[in-house]
Amino acid sequence: MIDKTVATAREAVADIRDGATIMIGGFGTAGMPSELIDALIEQGARDLTIVNNNAGNGDVGLAALLKTKRVRKIICSFPRQADSYVFDALYHAGDIELELVPQGNLAERIRAAGAGIGAFFTPTGYGTLLAEGKETREIEGRSYVLEYPIRADFALIKALRGDRWGNLVYRKTARNFGPIMASAAKCTIAQVREIVNLGDLDPEAVVTPGIFVKRVVEVPAAMKPVAQPGAAA
Amino acid sequence: MNRYTREQMAARVARDIPNGAYVNLGIGLPTMIANHLPKDREIVLHTENGLLGMGPAPETGAEDYDLINAGKQPVTALPGASFFHHADAFGMMRGGHLDCCVLGAFQVSTGGDLANWHTGAKDAIPAVGGAMDLAIGAKSVFVMMDHQTKKGESKVVPKCTYPVTGLRCVNRIYTDLAVIDVTPEGLRVIDIVDGLSLDELVRLSGVPMSMAKTAVAA
Repeated sequence: MIDKTVATAREAVADIRDGATIMIGGFGTAGMPSELIDALIEQGARDLTIVNNNAGNGDVGLAALLKTKRVRKIICSFPRQADSYVFDALYHAGDIELELVPQGNLAERIRAAGAGIGAFFTPTGYGTLLAEGKETREIEGRSYVLEYPIRADFALIKALRGDRWGNLVYRKTARNFGPIMASAAKCTIAQVREIVNLGDLDPEAVVTPGIFVKRVVEVPAAMKPVAQPGAAA
Repeated sequence: MNRYTREQMAARVARDIPNGAYVNLGIGLPTMIANHLPKDREIVLHTENGLLGMGPAPETGAEDYDLINAGKQPVTALPGASFFHHADAFGMMRGGHLDCCVLGAFQVSTGGDLANWHTGAKDAIPAVGGAMDLAIGAKSVFVMMDHQTKKGESKVVPKCTYPVTGLRCVNRIYTDLAVIDVTPEGLRVIDIVDGLSLDELVRLSGVPMSMAKTAVAA
């Protein structure tokens, strides 16, 4: 029997070692696996490389992880936000390395890793600072930049429902990076609001097939709606 | 000197978006365009965090922070909407499926280069988001911006002095003084604010422009 369910977030992240590269899902706070991040903070792994679209908001989730100074490098597209003060301070103090990647290239580099692509040419960023030093090529009259995949040891993602095979469905725009990160990491850990019985997820509606997921942990409090009384899941 | 108001600028851009278009409205000024889209046209708004068919902001109290736009503000999903992951969201752009995107800008060059992501200041934390993808990723790329900086310098320039977001990517510029097409033959003014002459616009801009054949002069 295949059973990818894990009892607690703590257990799910227990084997993350120092120096690991970890993808963390979410666009801002939508889809951010806050309870898995909290468990990672408690677990104590350090010297981490984090891949996320942003660099944390306020004092919670990714920002709280950065605050521990256990993150050596962050790969993201949009670190600077109104409430990214934790990252801002680390960056100005030289305590964190930043690899800035255009958002679509970030997504495609992650997707490419999951799909076994060695590298790809993209028009995004051509002629800009972010393509400096990178190989370029003109193909059928258009200029492209060579970009390489981003792989990870672990991906921490959040979904709405999952089953013991690791099949996942998401909720609205909280899907964002979840499906592609799930495919790009050696060990993908999904926190879900609800673990359902095998067969309860409509195969036509499964977004992330279970082959991409190693562990599923139920966090009922997660995805608790913020200020949205009466809204349906 | 007369200037178009923000609302007039937004309404002017909205007028140029055809029925049936798939459109991405960038963060900042362009978000105002949504309020001016003609009611008799069906226009599908794309937001690069993974939603086609984006509707207006929800009522107070009905915000759902799993349903947000690229600016991370709560939105709604219209009947017919769809959700998708980030690689698909950007594939829609890069793959040339979007008809139009409207972006804010620091500068646009006469050749259509766009600068809108970074001032180049040494102590600024660089953040690019989807700007570079949007710049090259729609069939038509429109810029909506003030014509001049607060100091009165033209934002339409011979060559961008800020770091560029994309090269030769802008098709049309909507400012508070004029609407200008970027063409292989140079800048063509298709609309100009009442009371402003082409000569005066060219003087303020410091770059050559001519009236488009179809333009309605002031």
